[in-house]
Amino acid sequence: MKLTRRDAIALGAGAVVVAALPVHAMAPGDEQIAAFTGGADIAEGGVTLNAPEIAENGNTVPIEVSADGAAEIMVLALGNPTPPVATFKFGPLSASRSASTRIRLAQTQDILAVAKMEDGSFAKATATVKVTIGGCGG
Amino acid sequence: MAKDVKPRVKVPKTAAVGDAVTLKTLISHKMESGQRKDKEGNLIPRSIINRFTCDFNGENVIDVTMEPAISTNPYFEFEAVVPEAGEFKFTWYDDDGSVYETAKSIKVG
Repeated sequence: MKLTRRDAIALGAGAVVVAALPVHAMAPGDEQIAAFTGGADIAEGGVTLNAPEIAENGNTVPIEVSADGAAEIMVLALGNPTPPVATFKFGPLSASRSASTRIRLAQTQDILAVAKMEDGSFAKATATVKVTIGGCGG
Repeated sequence: MAKDVKPRVKVPKTAAVGDAVTLKTLISHKMESGQRKDKEGNLIPRSIINRFTCDFNGENVIDVTMEPAISTNPYFEFEAVVPEAGEFKFTWYDDDGSVYETAKSIKVG
């Protein structure tokens, strides 16, 4: 098939529309949140998310999440190439519903923690971390 | 893949019955995210530990789903209730199917 200039322009325009669609349809992390909550309302507060304000090295950023009465806590890094970070499920022998770990952040961004409470409700907390050197290599 | 993976855990030796104890775990693993490229510009395939669990005498304490955003040498700190003397069992599940396990016993009194 011979590609004329007109065809090429039409193709290009189509590609732009297709590429732009998902961006408009969903903010980063929305998909994971919807899958986690099943579309339920999420209250503010009730969750603590401790993260440094400034992280010099995005390869290892210490964070701590806790929420009294939580059954599960999901952590999302909204500015990462793939937003999911980890999901903590607390078992019957878990004492305080808290956990700390170290995560990678590609750039300065918001981190979001969504907790599923034992009564089935949801709560969230966000924290902004400034990252000096991103942690995704490249 | 499964070479040089060494789990380390820190568990107190004793605890009072019903007490909460803090557990710290660290495992050496490169946690290749699948986002990085090598010198030729080829994508380095993802190779991470995707799940970590901790159980005490068969009852679950914590079950973590891990994504590529977890740092190299994954570290976790959490708290567990100790209802009786027994053994904490820690398990890590690798993308390549390997399972790394370690256990630490705790006394009460």
